[in-house]
Amino acid sequence: MKNFLRGVKDGVPIALGYLAVAVTLGIAAKNAGLTILQAVIASLTNNASAGEFVGFTLIAANAPYVELILMEALTNARYLLMSTALSQKLTKEVSTLQRLLLGMCVTDEIFGISVAYGDCLDPNYSYGAFAIACPAWALGTLIGAVLGSVLPLRAVSALSVGLYGMFIAIFIPPSKANPVVLGCVAAAFFLSWLFSAVPFLARLSTGITTILLTVVISLAAAILFPVKEETANG
Amino acid sequence: MAKTYIYIACMALTTYAIRVLPLTLIRTELKSPLLRSFLFYLPYVTLAVMTFPGILSATQTPWSALVALIVGIILAWRGKSLFAVSVCCCLSVFLSELVLI
Repeated sequence: MKNFLRGVKDGVPIALGYLAVAVTLGIAAKNAGLTILQAVIASLTNNASAGEFVGFTLIAANAPYVELILMEALTNARYLLMSTALSQKLTKEVSTLQRLLLGMCVTDEIFGISVAYGDCLDPNYSYGAFAIACPAWALGTLIGAVLGSVLPLRAVSALSVGLYGMFIAIFIPPSKANPVVLGCVAAAFFLSWLFSAVPFLARLSTGITTILLTVVISLAAAILFPVKEETANG
Repeated sequence: MAKTYIYIACMALTTYAIRVLPLTLIRTELKSPLLRSFLFYLPYVTLAVMTFPGILSATQTPWSALVALIVGIILAWRGKSLFAVSVCCCLSVFLSELVLI
């Protein structure tokens, strides 16, 4: 219970960011022809920003189901990597039911704080963050679908960087402690900028770019600078 | 109408399958040093890839986002909490946009 509450607390900034981002998602859902109820159900069951954006676009285009499934798989493939990383933080005592529940909580942000939790992850911590973040995500979608563009732009703009602020708070402290991580982060910034700036590379979707760069940079670091066991565990 | 719900169900099931399969199937500690190192670096790399340059298009002007990025990095480097860094990034955008826009 203590760890659940700790998760709720760390989930507050996530929830605020979700609220802001989901407003734009709600607007996108409405533009794609979804009803308010459908938009909220989509957010409650998916909890994925890029995945939902892609889904709404394909729904609007009346795409075949197979295409939708394929695109969702590609857009969300980074979760496959994140879940694999999280699986290494779970002890044998964590039951199948708990793993099934934890699967729902794997968003970019909840993954971020869960992986930073410590050597072993108590799933209750992730549930706590999810318990406050998921309703905020659905609420934001609702606000976006209902109010559309009535909200002041300044507020939406300011709230939109909240999620990035959290990412920064997660990858900067280990960069300070470990020069290899710092190098990885610098390489990630540069290459990811390159992939958005060079016209030929920018044609790749954000989802594909994220997976490609994550795998290439992490693999290069793992080959060049294998982690000694004590560092890998902490 | 019903078709939209089938679409939403397809989205939800595909996304959930991707999230839950590694958690349920990988029960043992991975032994390979290469794989372990890969998984050690992965979370930081993927968050960094998503942060930049994505942050620059999240706000009304890239400049306010750049201010937030720099403020965030400085505060995180100094060991401020997740919440503090996040809120200060939001405030940086709000205040710099008051000046810029």
